[in-house]
Amino acid sequence: MMGWIPVALLAVPLLGALLLLLAPRTFRGVLPAYGLIFSGVTLALSLALLALYDYGGPARMRFELDLPWIPGLGLRLHLGVDGVSLPLIVLTALLTFLCFVYLCWGRARATGGFMSARPRALVFTLLVLEVGMIGTFLALDLLLFFVFFEIVLIPMYFLIGVWGGEGRRAASIKFILYTLLGSVVMLLGLLLVWAQTGTLDIEALTAAHGAGMPRSVQILAFVAIGIGLAVKTPMWPLHTWLPDAHTEAPTVGSVLLAGVLLKMGTYGFARIAIPVLPEGAAAVAPWLGAFAVVGIVYGALACLAQRDLKRMIAYSSVGHMGFVLLGFATLTPVGVNGALFANVAHGLITGLLFFLAGAVKERYHTSEMPALGGGMLATMPRLGSMLTFASIASLGLPGLAGFWGEMLALFGAFQPANGLPRGLFLTYMVIGGLGAVLTAAYFLVMLSRVTHGRPRDSAERHESPDERPIAVSLAPSDVRGYELAAWTPLVILILLFGLWPGLLLSLTTPPVQALLGALS
Amino acid sequence: MIQQIDYFVIAPPLVLALAAGLVLLLDAFLPARRRAIIAERPGPSLPSRSGTATGLGLVTLAGILVALGFVVAQALGGGSPRSTFCVPPGLAGSGTLCSFVADGFTLVFAGMVLVAAVVIVLMSMTELAGGAIPVGEWYFLLLCTLVGAVTLPASRDLIMLVVALELVSLPVFALTALKRYDGRSSEAAVKLFVVSVVSTAIMLFGVSLLYGIAGSVYLSRLREVFGGQAMDLPAVVTVGVVLVVAGFAFKIAAVPFHSWAADVYQGAPVPVAALLSVISKAAGFAGLILVLVTALSGQAGTWAPIVAILSALTMTAGNLLAMRQRSAVRLLAWSSVAQSGYILAPLAVAATAPGAVGTSMAYLVIYAAMNLGAFAVVMLVSRAATRNELDDYRGLALRRPAAGVTLAFCLVCLAGLPPGLAGLFAKVFVFREIVGGGAGWLAVVMAVNTVIGLYYYAVWTARLFTPAGRPEPSPYRPPLTAWLAVGLALAAAVLFSVAPQLVLDLTSLSASG
Repeated sequence: MMGWIPVALLAVPLLGALLLLLAPRTFRGVLPAYGLIFSGVTLALSLALLALYDYGGPARMRFELDLPWIPGLGLRLHLGVDGVSLPLIVLTALLTFLCFVYLCWGRARATGGFMSARPRALVFTLLVLEVGMIGTFLALDLLLFFVFFEIVLIPMYFLIGVWGGEGRRAASIKFILYTLLGSVVMLLGLLLVWAQTGTLDIEALTAAHGAGMPRSVQILAFVAIGIGLAVKTPMWPLHTWLPDAHTEAPTVGSVLLAGVLLKMGTYGFARIAIPVLPEGAAAVAPWLGAFAVVGIVYGALACLAQRDLKRMIAYSSVGHMGFVLLGFATLTPVGVNGALFANVAHGLITGLLFFLAGAVKERYHTSEMPALGGGMLATMPRLGSMLTFASIASLGLPGLAGFWGEMLALFGAFQPANGLPRGLFLTYMVIGGLGAVLTAAYFLVMLSRVTHGRPRDSAERHESPDERPIAVSLAPSDVRGYELAAWTPLVILILLFGLWPGLLLSLTTPPVQALLGALS
Repeated sequence: MIQQIDYFVIAPPLVLALAAGLVLLLDAFLPARRRAIIAERPGPSLPSRSGTATGLGLVTLAGILVALGFVVAQALGGGSPRSTFCVPPGLAGSGTLCSFVADGFTLVFAGMVLVAAVVIVLMSMTELAGGAIPVGEWYFLLLCTLVGAVTLPASRDLIMLVVALELVSLPVFALTALKRYDGRSSEAAVKLFVVSVVSTAIMLFGVSLLYGIAGSVYLSRLREVFGGQAMDLPAVVTVGVVLVVAGFAFKIAAVPFHSWAADVYQGAPVPVAALLSVISKAAGFAGLILVLVTALSGQAGTWAPIVAILSALTMTAGNLLAMRQRSAVRLLAWSSVAQSGYILAPLAVAATAPGAVGTSMAYLVIYAAMNLGAFAVVMLVSRAATRNELDDYRGLALRRPAAGVTLAFCLVCLAGLPPGLAGLFAKVFVFREIVGGGAGWLAVVMAVNTVIGLYYYAVWTARLFTPAGRPEPSPYRPPLTAWLAVGLALAAAVLFSVAPQLVLDLTSLSASG
């Protein structure tokens, strides 16, 4: 019943990509609208999913589809949706659609930006990327999950490598090699699970709660799968690809990278690593928590040292993902719920931040904070306010979406699952709390540098060595209509989840309790 | 006593042999005058010559397709495996002894070889359009190789096996040397010849030992003799087994007989390199499987560890050597050595895991599709850039999107990554088989090798998409045949990516046969 919606979610963007491949010249004039339509239909389908989702009832998969694909391997085309994946699917569809909105009417199209360079390839890449991202969140088969997880890499590689900034080549190669190595390790872990249990079905494995796998195997498999996911998340110290990739990626690439791709790593923890390998998770959780808090503090300190706006936001992702991992490491419903909440919130907020950073870069032709020169609130009040809003949301102001997830993750660390060392996790909580303070510090420093202060007058700007001459001749204009259209939904959702966190938590709570069944 | 021959069963090699004769005759009956002109002034008479070349190519293609038709007809005919060249019932003693059997194993191998041959003939037509290589000889030798490659999987006695294997090898020396104007080509031919002859001698010695002990050349009889009580057998059996394995190891370019691969692939014309890497290799594996699994399954204690070690060494050596290559063909040569290691891996557990042979074959079939795709594109590029280095591929996907994307897909397949699902699933089949068969260490070695392989495939793929620093060497318009070859190989690779179950169904037939 209703199994067709997940299939359609994958089929629509795939169809869009294939049509572009088969009839390259047909859609030349209407490319932006073409992408908009296909991603729009996908968004509508995901909203239909949201509307038809059965909110009451026990924790189980909805909209399931289970067809044999390769019987010889036991690989099935098994798709399904539950409270953990539903928000992420909608988030993916929404962000992709907003990226197309941004591209469709973007000035970038007119002035030799990236929409004019190979627009067909760009639309194709984004649609394939969407297939991979949604597929990852839908897959309920280990190998199928891996396939979608990997499919994402290649379009993202091209997004960075073809439409990126000046150092794009090195950044894209670093990105792909790093994540490929992680993936191979993850594949080995998945095959180990398969060899031990004889099934690839995530639902069955979750229900078994690790039965049939000795503790040592579970630990080994958890570490292998965890490394693959941690590269993608990224967890300190496997994060070094992220700042380069973000800095060089085009705006839409950064938005999708931060908004969705990082979530695939954390989603893997929630969907596969923790429920399938509970004993392994319990054994590795203290380590995971340690890496997570180091990531929080490291990310915050690195942010304080950054001069480049995009790079700073990239490092802030390392910190925020640290909170998510800390939530998972507690292995409690509260912590995991917090992690999943922080996941979605980070997708919304950081997506918005990268949109804004892209807009800033487009106007000033640089994202170096000293070169921006301050006073944005005076020169471009709307953009400045947007940036202020997103930054405050990101630093975790109560009442905005960023707050709840991190608060719950820290709260989970206050009372971790039975069998985990409480003293250690209390320490993590304290360090994580300090990290949250540091987060506030660097965002406020950034705001004081960029949005506050006295704007430089144009003569002064002319003398500045950092400034490109073009910025002098063109007075940057404030937020435009299409930008507002792309950003407003994110702003509304950030407010909505901040004021009414129960909306999301009620969705994730039942499945989380089922996933943690063996532990709590 | 008159021996009954079932001509339907031997139709595929027969058709190929007849086509080979026909090609030679047609070539001989062309007016010699025209050749003299060509020798003096290659330029103006090219059209008529290329017409001849195309004609001979089409005859060859027709021969292959008819042979393929017979293979398909035999496969669809169903029923019990047909056999011919049998020892008459009165003389055979217990059971039937046949030299030529067309069972599932034979048909899958023959079908794969013939489909690969179609791609290689299409590639040849592109290569021969250059006009510097004698056309008649080329197609004749090619068809002779195919006769051997189709006969080999059907062979069920040692003598026929050796003869078929030599029939595969000998024409390839000449094919390699046909680029007479190129010194590197002659060097490659000599190298191939020397290594091949040595390995044949080794194998013949092993075969003679086995025959001496068993008193029969029929594989089914050998199976009875060597499968029985191991106590009664003299120690020399081990020597025989090792020598036979060594002989086949040359064909599949396994360590320590791998060193010829890169030089020969680079020196030979590209279609011949493709032939070596797919058809010749498939023939080697068919022979190896027949000897080890069919005849010597009782001696698995001897050969299984050897095969496992060979497999591990082969994949490691191939991958490590491939990493430093700058020439496209050399890289493909070492990569095909590495892939041989992956194909060999399941055979190491063939004695305990019943599906191992099927898994090896599945990998071989998928490998054939993706490797031929890569070679077909390399062929295209080699026409324009004669040095054929990896740097010549810079920006290929932007200059020729179809060729670039095909090569990228095939390389990603060979690496075993999505979206090249065919390669990924092929590797997963092998992983499952060797883990299930209890060779966990081999699985770990293979995993490490897969990671090493990712590096050079990814580097090459990345080059395809980076904008070229220099303009295209020379504008070259590839003929239709080149695109057909590329398209056919790509279609197979895509089909196997979407529905790998097809390959599994096909090869599981063969395992039972």
